[in-house]
Amino acid sequence: MRHQSKQALVMMSEPVKLIGCFGSPVVHRAELALRLKGVPYELITEDLNNKSEMLLKHNPVHQKVPVLLHGDRPAICESLVIVEYVDEAFDGPPLMPADPLARAAVRFWASFMDKECRESMWMALWTDGEEQAGAISAAKANLTLIEGQLPEGKRFFGGDTIGFLDIAVSWIAHWMEIFEEIAGVRLLTEEGHPTLYRWAREYTANQTVRLCLPDRDRLLAALAPSREIFVSIAKTMSTQKQYSVCWICNI
Amino acid sequence: MASEKSSSDLTLLDFWVSPFGQRVRIALAEKSLPYEYVEEDLLAGKSDRLLQSNPVHKKIPVLLHGGKPVNESLIIVQYLDEAFPDTPSLLPADPYARAQARFWADYVDKKVYDCGSRLWKLKGEPQAQARAEMLEILKTLETELGDKEFFGGEHGFGFVDAAFAPFTPWFMSYEKYGEFKVAEVAPKIAAWAERVGKRESVAKSLYSPDKVYDFIGVLKKMYGIE
Repeated sequence: MRHQSKQALVMMSEPVKLIGCFGSPVVHRAELALRLKGVPYELITEDLNNKSEMLLKHNPVHQKVPVLLHGDRPAICESLVIVEYVDEAFDGPPLMPADPLARAAVRFWASFMDKECRESMWMALWTDGEEQAGAISAAKANLTLIEGQLPEGKRFFGGDTIGFLDIAVSWIAHWMEIFEEIAGVRLLTEEGHPTLYRWAREYTANQTVRLCLPDRDRLLAALAPSREIFVSIAKTMSTQKQYSVCWICNI
Repeated sequence: MASEKSSSDLTLLDFWVSPFGQRVRIALAEKSLPYEYVEEDLLAGKSDRLLQSNPVHKKIPVLLHGGKPVNESLIIVQYLDEAFPDTPSLLPADPYARAQARFWADYVDKKVYDCGSRLWKLKGEPQAQARAEMLEILKTLETELGDKEFFGGEHGFGFVDAAFAPFTPWFMSYEKYGEFKVAEVAPKIAAWAERVGKRESVAKSLYSPDKVYDFIGVLKKMYGIE
């Protein structure tokens, strides 16, 4: 699906704007994709407690960040959709693998990260008692599954360079540790997940990543006061689980 | 990039009424790809083959291509586009159009099944909420469809059409439980549903609304829901 170079030049010449907000792991995904492809962009920062008309106009469906505006085109929303778009629309090192099976695999694990993995992390961090104990087990098992996707002897999920799956699971590399500190729960340890732990270090040390990674201390200060909100979100998720019971059919 | 594997190497692990499995059946039919269909009797339990092919989710559909599993219906459909590039594609070629198709297929994925399930599982206030959400979902999709024949627009029948079409036989059940009419709430969606229902790949992959309604009844009984 490579664009002709003439078209690529045209696309590169149209300005790119990214609507984001401080600290968002999904905005980071979009920013990193743009930076890795060498695409200049203007970052517009939103205050999510006071959403701008612009955000609501460009993402009426979800009213969330990130939102990508490329030239005059209507917005592209949803971080992983944005990442794939950036990969396909612009020249530069490919973020997705070439082989169809490998592509299906990284999409699968990215989806797993956003659903089961993140949910289990959240419950592990913010519930208590027996429920928490079970969630911690599940979260660690999910980390093991993700860790299993790292190619043998390679620094990144993408191999020698950062790829789509690195971007998709980047929450684990930076945000998780901050939430762990606020919650007083350790999920990712060097002993428990040595390869994943090492990957997290590689990822956050990467030059390009550092350009769009929110400052750790600032992030901690911004998130710590919301502890009670996190706990109540976990409670809601727990209740909703009863409603979205996965039937044995799992259709 | 031509695939080295022959298309007779395709096996689909599926469940007859699953809208997710039907997406894959529709894609395979659109591409005229022969495959072995394996019905997993999910009400009786999960086969070893399913558990091995999808150990993470233990869910259908699973596509096996030369024995290698691909999981998640929308991921499978994209895989079929990429592994069989000489067949009619469901995603368009243009990156921008592809992004919009992925967004709307993701929207259908996130919203329709979950909301629909709450509509017939729950009662009282939570059901009323599900009803309100379902109307919102249908109206949003109506706006996106607009006056296009298919969600795929210039591309024709595409990724979003394949993603949403399997839910059309579920409309009757949503209408009964939610006490509304799709034709009144979202007339363009209702017309689209009729159009896609006549398309060969769709017609041969879906079951009638009555069969879906009966199936929901079976599940409710199993779960002791009134």
